[in-house]
Amino acid sequence: MATFPFELVSPERVLFSGEATQVVVPASEGEITVLANHAPFMSALRSGVVTIDNGQRLFVRGGFADVSAAGLTVLAEQAVPLDEINPEALSGQIRNAEEDLRDAKTDEARARAQGKLDGLNAMMAAIRN
Amino acid sequence: MPSLKDLRNRIASVKATQKITKAMQMVAAAKLRRAQAAAEAARPYASKMEAVLANLAAGISGSDAPALLAGNGKDQVHLLIVCTAERGLCGAFNSSIVRLARERINSLLAAGKTVKILCVGKKGFEQLKRNYERHIIDVVDLRSVKHLSYGEAEMIATKVIGLFDQGEFDVATLFYSRFRSVISQIPTAQGLIPAEIGSGEGGTKAAYEYEPDEAEILSTLLPRNIAVQIFRALLENAASEQGARMSAMDNATRNAGEMIKKQTQKYNRSRQAMITKELIEIISGAEAL
Repeated sequence: MATFPFELVSPERVLFSGEATQVVVPASEGEITVLANHAPFMSALRSGVVTIDNGQRLFVRGGFADVSAAGLTVLAEQAVPLDEINPEALSGQIRNAEEDLRDAKTDEARARAQGKLDGLNAMMAAIRN
Repeated sequence: MPSLKDLRNRIASVKATQKITKAMQMVAAAKLRRAQAAAEAARPYASKMEAVLANLAAGISGSDAPALLAGNGKDQVHLLIVCTAERGLCGAFNSSIVRLARERINSLLAAGKTVKILCVGKKGFEQLKRNYERHIIDVVDLRSVKHLSYGEAEMIATKVIGLFDQGEFDVATLFYSRFRSVISQIPTAQGLIPAEIGSGEGGTKAAYEYEPDEAEILSTLLPRNIAVQIFRALLENAASEQGARMSAMDNATRNAGEMIKKQTQKYNRSRQAMITKELIEIISGAEAL
């Protein structure tokens, strides 16, 4: 099958760079499967899982997918391979975040804690599936 | 003329200082490797972001471009975001960033503009507050942050965008030090709002499909671009700081070595002179008998 260049980058590192035959991306209005020679396309992402060639799975939160003649580029605000996530550590982090949310005094701190908690919960949901 | 004991003490103290500077140099070298890797890992994201943004911006005509991209049309109030280190002892690293910022401030003030300063890092704040205290609107303290993450940059970006939306300033410029090599860091001023977009490569005018629509994507992409630019500046700064500290401490260590050599020579000379003097006294005493 035809392959196309695919890159998954987060601000902290490059998670995947190479050829892929099929990538599933959680776009804002539903999951999209990108194959080679896809029409130029750009979409915001929601929290979810990127699946590469039906094998490697990565959790992404926020960002953009950009399909052009040069291939698919996913710019994720946060991206973690699913097998690097430890469910126990994660549930501990969720508990901490819930505590932070309760303790937050200012609106700004509350919004930040809420955002963090939402991200963690989305990550938890991604592992469970 | 210092006594032998004074000289001995002086040599011992220089030796102790040399040990410290040597240790600091090695710590900086280890940290530099990590900071440099982080800065390099962040580059692909920032450059991809730029390419996507250039592509999008090319499709949006001048008048209905969002304010974050094109500015709000005014040029009166300038916000300077000055990123420096939290610690000193890193050569001219902090002062060269501050010097660049100061030149800009002075030329803006001379042109009758209003200047507001947002300091990131303690050192820059300390140097700027002497002359420009009433211009400084906020200080971001990153002392408690051990490992720089995107979260910190996002926090600063949110603050900056909030101020922009309230109409607190018209133009934002970011000051930081670009890391070129261990011995060369370049203080840089970079325009943040309106966005500086390389117009060169965005030429692929393919018929894009957007989901949701173009304007909406741009409105979430632009704040993120600011966060990414700040993040990159912070990482470059961290690498530059360690590089500057490494070479500063290397110089200090070498300097201490020279000082020890000189002092030891002086010590040996005066010891020798004393022995000779005593011998002469003994001999001339014996001759007198």
